[in-house]
Amino acid sequence: MKQHFNIKALYFLHTKTINVLVVILSIIGIAISGFSVKNGIPRNLLPGEINSDSVASVKAFLDVYKVLMSPRCMNCHPAGDRPLQGDSGHIHTMNVQRGKDGKGLYALKCSNCHQPENAEANHAPPGNPKWQLPPANMKMVFQDKSAHDLALQIMDYSKNGHKNIQQLLEHARDTLVKAGWNMGKSHQPPPLSYQDFVAAWDTWINTGGYAPKQ
Amino acid sequence: MISLNINQKNYHVDVSPETPLLWVIRDTIGLTGTKYGCGVAQCGACVVHLDGEAVRSCVTKVKRAEGRKLVTIEGLSKNNDHPLQIAWNEVSVPQCGYCHSGQIMSAVVLLRENSSPNDTDIDEAMAGNICRCGTYQRIRKAIHLAAEMQAKGRKKA
Repeated sequence: MKQHFNIKALYFLHTKTINVLVVILSIIGIAISGFSVKNGIPRNLLPGEINSDSVASVKAFLDVYKVLMSPRCMNCHPAGDRPLQGDSGHIHTMNVQRGKDGKGLYALKCSNCHQPENAEANHAPPGNPKWQLPPANMKMVFQDKSAHDLALQIMDYSKNGHKNIQQLLEHARDTLVKAGWNMGKSHQPPPLSYQDFVAAWDTWINTGGYAPKQ
Repeated sequence: MISLNINQKNYHVDVSPETPLLWVIRDTIGLTGTKYGCGVAQCGACVVHLDGEAVRSCVTKVKRAEGRKLVTIEGLSKNNDHPLQIAWNEVSVPQCGYCHSGQIMSAVVLLRENSSPNDTDIDEAMAGNICRCGTYQRIRKAIHLAAEMQAKGRKKA
């Protein structure tokens, strides 16, 4: 009877130990894979530690930042609820508004004037089938952001339009992003070529998406 | 050949797909209520409804309208009795009148999406429609009146 009790006790102890180990390992697993934050960047957004290179990453982002702060990008990522316009980044004429979905309001929706393609006439609105601002519930503001703040914002899943790493990489290939380099005669392109921008963007993200100190 | 549906009527027009819609509406089909103002989407005189949205027909290529429903000022109502048309008449909004088909077509979208706009809503919604005669105060008054008429109409129903 006593021996039987000891076997039961041993069995219980083993089960308990295994359960505790499973719980500990699960916690470690979750911490590694999902929800922890490194340098303000959720780890589930990081592509992997193998290519992590903070120096190369920050250097690449400083090139990316020059493009993001150019009127071709910033005009549609304003701090307020009205798009900016032109190379000077003035408030868009007609007091156009963001609207709930970022596509304008009432009779002033983006696609009422901005056609699927560029117009040939000077001073006519440039075109793109996806013309819009970020939506009102996630404005993704570029205007007045430091390189540090903007890098963190873009790498933050809860602030970047819910984009994971793959979607962020794809975003640089988006037709509306590409349109920044093809807005017709009246608009200066961003300071880097599109190819150099994509290369810098990819390098920044693939080396860890690090943020500059300032 | 391009097929268009304008004011619930089908048209087949032999024009280049790149032709601005305004030219087709006015010159090919003959619906001249829609006006040419600036030609670069800056003034709003050429506004028509494309699937209900207030597009500027001077910069919209006709190929964009294929397979979609177009409404011009001529098709807004059967007897010129849309609340906005009645209000425009009651308030005597136009002076020269040139911009007002565009004004009304833009105001229709405003009232569809905001049935009782305040002054700020109206000013913001109508900021893309320019009136050289400066009838903005009367435009605002007429939109308020049309909104009241719409609300009363709904209450009756």
